Amino acid sequence: MENINAKEVKDVVIRFSGDSGDGMQLTGTLFSNTSALIGNGISTFPDYPAEIRAPQGTVAGVSGFQVHIGSGDVTNPGDYCDALVAMNPAALKANRKWLKPDATVIIDGDTLTEDNVKKAGFETLDPIAELGLEGYNVVISDITSMTKAALEGMGLDNKSVVKCKNMFALGICFYIYNQPEDYAKRYIDSKFGKKNPAVAEANKRAIDAGYNYAANTHQFANTYKVAAAPLEKGTYRSINGNVATAWGFIAASEKSGLPLFCGSYPITPATVILEELAKHKSLGVKTVQAEDEIAGICTSIGAAFAGNFAVTTTSGPGLSLKSEALGLAVMAELPLVVVDVQRGGPSTGLPTKTEQSDLMQALYGRNGECPVVVIAASSPSDCFHYAFMASKIAMEHMTPVILLTDGFIANGSEPWRIPAMTDYPTICPPIVNEAPAEGEFMPYKRGENLARGWAFPGKEGLEHRIGGLEKDHLKGSISYDPANHQEMTRTRAAKVAKVVEDVPALEVMGAQDADVLVVGWGGTKGHLQAAVSDLQAEGKSVAHLHFNYINPLPSNTEEMLSGHKHIVVCELNEGQFATYLRQNFQHLTFEQYNKTEGQPFTVVELKQKFNSLL
Amino acid sequence: MAEYKYTPADFKSDQIVKWCPGCGDHAILNAVQRAMPEVADALDIPHHKFTFVSGIGCSSRFIYYMKTFGFHTIHGRANAIATGIKVANPDLSVWVCSGDGDSLAIGGNHFIHAIRRNIDLNLILFNNEIYGLTKGQYSPTTKLGKITKTSPVGTVEKPFNPGELVIGAKGTFYARTIDAEVMLTKDCLVAAAKHKGMAVVEALVNCVIFNDKTHAAFAADKATRTKNTITLKHGEKMLFGEGNSKGLVFEDMRLKVVTVGEDGYTLDDVLTHDAHCEDTTLHSMLAAMKYPEYPVAIGVIRDVKDEQVYDIKVQEQVEEQKAVSKIHSMDELLHSGETWTIE
Repeated sequence: MENINAKEVKDVVIRFSGDSGDGMQLTGTLFSNTSALIGNGISTFPDYPAEIRAPQGTVAGVSGFQVHIGSGDVTNPGDYCDALVAMNPAALKANRKWLKPDATVIIDGDTLTEDNVKKAGFETLDPIAELGLEGYNVVISDITSMTKAALEGMGLDNKSVVKCKNMFALGICFYIYNQPEDYAKRYIDSKFGKKNPAVAEANKRAIDAGYNYAANTHQFANTYKVAAAPLEKGTYRSINGNVATAWGFIAASEKSGLPLFCGSYPITPATVILEELAKHKSLGVKTVQAEDEIAGICTSIGAAFAGNFAVTTTSGPGLSLKSEALGLAVMAELPLVVVDVQRGGPSTGLPTKTEQSDLMQALYGRNGECPVVVIAASSPSDCFHYAFMASKIAMEHMTPVILLTDGFIANGSEPWRIPAMTDYPTICPPIVNEAPAEGEFMPYKRGENLARGWAFPGKEGLEHRIGGLEKDHLKGSISYDPANHQEMTRTRAAKVAKVVEDVPALEVMGAQDADVLVVGWGGTKGHLQAAVSDLQAEGKSVAHLHFNYINPLPSNTEEMLSGHKHIVVCELNEGQFATYLRQNFQHLTFEQYNKTEGQPFTVVELKQKFNSLL
Repeated sequence: MAEYKYTPADFKSDQIVKWCPGCGDHAILNAVQRAMPEVADALDIPHHKFTFVSGIGCSSRFIYYMKTFGFHTIHGRANAIATGIKVANPDLSVWVCSGDGDSLAIGGNHFIHAIRRNIDLNLILFNNEIYGLTKGQYSPTTKLGKITKTSPVGTVEKPFNPGELVIGAKGTFYARTIDAEVMLTKDCLVAAAKHKGMAVVEALVNCVIFNDKTHAAFAADKATRTKNTITLKHGEKMLFGEGNSKGLVFEDMRLKVVTVGEDGYTLDDVLTHDAHCEDTTLHSMLAAMKYPEYPVAIGVIRDVKDEQVYDIKVQEQVEEQKAVSKIHSMDELLHSGETWTIE
């Protein structure tokens, strides 16, 4: 299958798009997993509508999956694509803006009917001309009819046959990018092989048909090859942010020796974490799909009280619903990790699109003086690490921790060098096992890091009562004493502040005295890093500082922020982290670069902004 | 049968009980502290495995008066929090103390879903038909037309009957008691503890300050209770009144109060209570009986065996998966599925 005329390229971005029922997410996933298996660096970006099956053929119903593969370090899914696969005119229209100037556009010619073109909202009957695609390498392939022809005589009904057209398109891409078909075929066998061997066979045949068509037609004279990336030695797998988050919790459960409990309620884009955890009962994981968001966190608080390592997962509106109960966890000083996979807000907002606009809610969105630890993951695979660290801090410091991810890193995937669990630290929560030799047990007596003792029901001689009312600073019984409330308020804050001792120091990427310091947090890391390193390669005086620990901030934050002509805080909201930094470092000046389009930054726009400051 | 020989004093905390003098909650506390030693011995539960959980409201202060593990939580959420406790550790004997506002208004969703799941919790539902802690607003069980602080010219909404709600939500255990009937309360609590699955004991309690005598028409004193309530016991005839002279019969698809020996009704016509019957028809009718047309039913109305107990099933799935799965450690999980190696 090796094409000797293949042109070697450093990286390539491909966007698969079609109706939300066309199977574009699967097509993109199979392509990116294949790339990962042959050793390319990859980064993916699923971009899909909230509607499961929006009206067929309309722009609203277009589902996309972008994959960026490279022979080097791929930090982001790419701004613009080298190839667009459009399964209908609506997909073409929706993705026109993402084409690179010399891009290849493959469109299913069978769908270019008057009806479809009108449904997609074109004014004329010539979408190619209307979108100004004359200069592009547009290939109109009759994908649907060729799929039908290839599967003729297999005895499948028309609907099942047409469903295989995405695999035909995948076959075309495998040919153009010189990729093997075996991974995708193995996947199809494992997915449908047993249940429906005929469907599995049809899908595999469609891949072959697409591949052979591409090889025989002269429209794909050029094929491309992306060499394997010089990745660090080790065993790799592909992982998305939600699965990595779930696994980070399971790892923390193992390292703490406490069973993992997750009470949660389905919400986009966080649901996959609950689904993933539900699969791993063999590792002692218990999941409760609760009746609502509130019961999700409340069952977890109950499990934490009873001595499990408890987590709950949600997205923006769900975090709002959990606020009161989160206050109870702060008051009761129980360990709990709350994951907020951020999406466009406010209210229902943009459920399937990414944003970083829950930061203020995470920091302050509760009644009373109610500090919690806030941590943000910054790539699909580092969700594992930060979920683990959030868990460690929650258990060892007896505090709720909010872990912020976002729709972009939660759904995106990348290759991940599998860590060895021996490289991860043990987690030692302050569990109390025995009643004191003298006197009664004091549930709010604190250790050096100000964490109180954790005594579960079922432990003899440690019977005690806790609750949401203010408590005596030692006994935990109700106290309305003014001085006690003052002391407890400050102690809860001091306990969270002390977490800083476990927070690693920040490292700046670039010179400490660079003219422009680009500051980001969470899921924007890949794009910011790509933009900054491009400019650094051009000799520009720019550096990048990225935050994962938001509250408390790393101890060297002020030092790292100092000594630059400009600090520009880039975030997918209207300036929440910038406001937080201003509040903490009032003598520094922070400029902002913000975007709330429900889409990640593009490297192009970032570079433009940074250049304007240089 | 274990022999812990606990006494009620073993379950009394050092906190001063702060309910109003005359509040019905005192009597429930008394009954609970008497029931616990019996439960401990009957089910072999040592003291440190009793856990009490409450929401918000007068009755939710209950947990501070019990010398057990206790968690006083937030308004309406006790059933959800108790669910987490029981799933995390099915060995615990978990008791929820909640009021009519806590469980039927703000916590209504958690109430019906805990019942639907049939998780092995014991819920004591303190029903005084009023919001006491916030000083006298109507609740979801307040009688229609009642004048309260937030209904100065009377309520315009019909109340819930908690028993019907329990049965409608697929409840497997429902008992009703009256604050003054301490021994009956104790018996209902012991029966609730023995029941595997969600057990709801509705305690009709009097709020002397904001809703005094709300249950008095049938519960005021011993004589009134004899006349106007019926104590149901599994396997026994449904008789009540002075010298058990009255009984319940089933006629024209309805329950009917008759005098035994009058109008041609004999003891044979009187229904025998079957608390274990899976069919909900009679249990619903018994729970729905309202004074003055009927006597108010007290005692264990429904106690049905059901193998589908949530916390046990969750635990069983974990055990089953541990036995059949190939993945038993994080390292195994990390290396499962599609991986590749770079040399």
